[in-house]
Amino acid sequence: MTASLLLAATKVDLAVFVVSAIAILAGALGVVLSRHPVHSALMLVMTLFGVAVLFLAQEAHLLAAVQVIVYAGAIVVLFLFVIMLLGVDQAENLAYEPLRGQRPVAVILGLLALAQLVFLGGAQWATGAQAVAGVAEGPGGNVPTLARALFTRYLFAFELTSLLLVIAVIGAVLLAKRRETS
Amino acid sequence: MSLGGEWYLTLAAALFTIGAVGLLVRRNVLVMFMCIELMLNAVNLALIAFNRMHGGGDGQIFALMVMVVAASEVVIGLGIIVALYRRNLPIDVDEMRELQG
Repeated sequence: MTASLLLAATKVDLAVFVVSAIAILAGALGVVLSRHPVHSALMLVMTLFGVAVLFLAQEAHLLAAVQVIVYAGAIVVLFLFVIMLLGVDQAENLAYEPLRGQRPVAVILGLLALAQLVFLGGAQWATGAQAVAGVAEGPGGNVPTLARALFTRYLFAFELTSLLLVIAVIGAVLLAKRRETS
Repeated sequence: MSLGGEWYLTLAAALFTIGAVGLLVRRNVLVMFMCIELMLNAVNLALIAFNRMHGGGDGQIFALMVMVVAASEVVIGLGIIVALYRRNLPIDVDEMRELQG
């Protein structure tokens, strides 16, 4: 009974993983290969949603919500806003290659990096992977556990992020301001 | 119960590689920014996988911090792009060799 339940859970997990992995990789390839920046941005949304589903599958509920709200809701909208605002939404010619041999070299370097990363990801000595026993949850589930860690152990880092956001806001205002002189 | 962490790490490696190759190949600044977002997402995916392997919530906190950094980076980057466009400089990185004001 329990074994069959576990088996069913694994099958569902596998299906969720495969579907989201296909969405993620197709979206990523779409970002890189689209000729049109708007298409790239929409493909980015697909990738971000796939990542959010995988966050859910790994019981990171808060991060899945943040992923959808911040990434898909704010960042991609900002991208689309800038694309539309600047009117740079014309298709570009991807066949034009100013630096000869750049693309093959980039692909070879990418394959090398992929081989290294996959090797490291599968190596037990590198990841220190233990038996997957599920996330150690405190009382109340994912969000209270995360909130408790964020406001006690990582309080300083949390305050630093607020400083970072203030700096980003000031920088954006300075960059967007029109220069009066000259 | 759930899939092993290697699956997620392999997927994160593939996503990171696609983002890195896209960053090397494309010349449109906006698309290059999107490729940076892809790489950051791959890192987040790996962090969450490690978090589940090792237990505790530290990996999720790290991923949250990465998201904050990504958000500020996009704000500044898009501000720079808008400023470039306002000065009639091209959005193509090959044309942006000189960054004098």
